[in-house]
Amino acid sequence: MLLNEMLLLGAVLFCIGVYGVLARRNGVLVLMSIELILNAVNINLIAFGAFHDTVMGQIFALFVITVAAAEVGIGLAIVLLLYRNRRSIDLDQVDLMKG
Amino acid sequence: MIAEHVAFGIIAAVMVASALRVVTTRDIMHAALYLVIVLAGVASLFLLVGAEFTGITQILIYIGAVIVLFLFGIMLTRSDFDQDEETDHKRKFPAILTALLLLAVMVGALVDRFEDVRLDANPQTTAQVSDELFSQYIVPFEAVSVLLLAALIGAIVIARREEGG
Repeated sequence: MLLNEMLLLGAVLFCIGVYGVLARRNGVLVLMSIELILNAVNINLIAFGAFHDTVMGQIFALFVITVAAAEVGIGLAIVLLLYRNRRSIDLDQVDLMKG
Repeated sequence: MIAEHVAFGIIAAVMVASALRVVTTRDIMHAALYLVIVLAGVASLFLLVGAEFTGITQILIYIGAVIVLFLFGIMLTRSDFDQDEETDHKRKFPAILTALLLLAVMVGALVDRFEDVRLDANPQTTAQVSDELFSQYIVPFEAVSVLLLAALIGAIVIARREEGG
């Protein structure tokens, strides 16, 4: 197997996630796109870990998974609060801090 | 070797197709289900290159916990807004342009640097991971445990209904 196969797949997933974050207006869908980005990063970490024959890649991927879980918890709590206050999770309507 | 290539090709094709559906489908529930396919694909890739512990963890944490969290988020915020997305158009083309430019830069750099580098994956056992994690990486491990606890308490505090508010 070529190292580049894994890395290019990670790059494609990352860009799909970036598109989702930029184009989506629904808060939950933006969080899902962020999960795509974090998984692309994990693919790269695992690929380089296997390439250098070290378990460090796996350990860093585990840390990323943990931080992603924390991020989803906080993110969904914020979206929930938004919904409760505004009856909508349209991120375009969240412009309270716009200058 | 050939089997590995075929397996990778199938998994990668399914993952990219599902990921595209995650960011384009109108139904938010379908997006969550397509996300499950992408996450399962990532887990099977981890197993393919011999990262067994991370692969299993990926299934347990992402498909088991994070997706359930997403489903609760979808249920608790259900509204007419779910089906809309027609006003996506005004930001669609700048977003596609940004993503494609980013992809071009990354593909160019990767192909230039790692053109024919082979990846000969040896299985990395759970014992090796735990030895490394609980010796050299024990301090970051404890720090990330505290971070997770703090984040979950924070999530409860944020999402809690205000008394009399």
